[in-house]
Amino acid sequence: MQTHISTAASVGAVAPARVLQPGWVRATHWLNVVAVVPLAMSGWRIYDASPFFDFEIPRAITLGGWLGGAIQWHFAAMWLLVLNGLIWIVGNAVTGRWHERFWPLSPRAVFGDLLAFLRGKLSHDDLAHYNGVQRAAYVGVALDLVLIVLSGLVLWKSVQFPLLRELLGGYEVARRIHFIAMAVLVAFVAIHLVMVALVPRSLRAMTLGR
Amino acid sequence: MSSRPDPRMPRALRAALSDVLRDGINALRRRESGLPDHTRRNLLRGSLSLGGLSLLSGCQLVDEASVESALMTVSRFNDRAQAALFDRDQLAPTYPESMIARPFPFNAFYGESEAPDLVADDWRMEVGGKVADRGRWTVAALRQLPQAAQITRHICVEGWSAIGQWSGVPLGTFLRRVGADLGAKYVDFQCADGYHTSLDMPTALHPQTLLVLDQDGVPLPRRHGAPLKLRAPTKLGYKNPKHIVALTVTDAYPGGYWEDQGYNWFGGS
Repeated sequence: MQTHISTAASVGAVAPARVLQPGWVRATHWLNVVAVVPLAMSGWRIYDASPFFDFEIPRAITLGGWLGGAIQWHFAAMWLLVLNGLIWIVGNAVTGRWHERFWPLSPRAVFGDLLAFLRGKLSHDDLAHYNGVQRAAYVGVALDLVLIVLSGLVLWKSVQFPLLRELLGGYEVARRIHFIAMAVLVAFVAIHLVMVALVPRSLRAMTLGR
Repeated sequence: MSSRPDPRMPRALRAALSDVLRDGINALRRRESGLPDHTRRNLLRGSLSLGGLSLLSGCQLVDEASVESALMTVSRFNDRAQAALFDRDQLAPTYPESMIARPFPFNAFYGESEAPDLVADDWRMEVGGKVADRGRWTVAALRQLPQAAQITRHICVEGWSAIGQWSGVPLGTFLRRVGADLGAKYVDFQCADGYHTSLDMPTALHPQTLLVLDQDGVPLPRRHGAPLKLRAPTKLGYKNPKHIVALTVTDAYPGGYWEDQGYNWFGGS
């Protein structure tokens, strides 16, 4: 945990020249928004065609107008999600950002920082450093997106990927996994937006880089 | 952690953000009250496929026609991607008899009571296009051909699925029997209820693609497409036409009832 380093001096001295988020991270982040928003909204319309829980998504916040339109949006935006996600994964691997930003990912670091957060003691002064909770959340949402893609693949092509289909419990189970993984993603986005509102300069960093 | 807004965030930016949010919410409210009810019956031909997007922007920032044509282009690309992924030796999973859904759900673009009521003995299927033996087939003649049976999962484009048992003539067997040009691109089906759809040739030749005469051990009932339907467990439900009256082998893209309105043509799983 390096969250309590004294910051006034270091931020003041380094911040103006320092790139907090490199260009490829900013690009993939915003492309991901462009993919995820229509995917979620069109997915809600597809869910509404045959809901398996006791509720429907309000039609007004769905995308596509009707089932056929929603599917067209969904199966167009999916390519962007997958290609962009691959770029992000490979980018993190080859630049060493995985190790630098998301490591170590120990339960101790996560819970320690979660506790600090709850006591209002967690610092966001150094945006280039992710605390334990952030590391867990970002790695977690990345894994959630992988699960979304894999379960989506089972729904789209359940005959062609038999191993994946059986690993995910078959078509009907994969439908629920896909939905719940979507709900996890939406919950992440909600918390993410609250945190951005609390630390607005992180929005600047993710847009302008510094 | 500081909960105060960062003073370095320009006031104007914050004001602009909250404006955008307010406009978006207002647009949502306006749209919600005036939204038409889309049932399967009044599916407008694509005119509203943008749906939520125009309300996101709050105004017509994007030309809907160009977005729709872009989405259609991707859908055609997805046809090709699915054709490339399709492995004709890859079989759809089969299930034990205990998992069969009874009663098997009815689904069509009309109500159950409006399903065509065809008399099996009077029924004929017109076979045409790129085949050596054009002609009309009866149920009795079809029953003379080798039969196959399967218990597979029917997956609807709406998302639900149901396991059923079907038996009949493998379409590949039938196509070879009538001397079809197996290098042709499509097999088109016209139905007594005005429905029509078409298959790619690799799917038509897939061992589990059947011309179904019986469902769950009895002659196909009216509600499920009597006297002949197509069963392709590698396809979504709308690629499984019922009440078939004409089969045509062709190289000209035949489209389909739903496909012409925007459902993906390949429609496979």
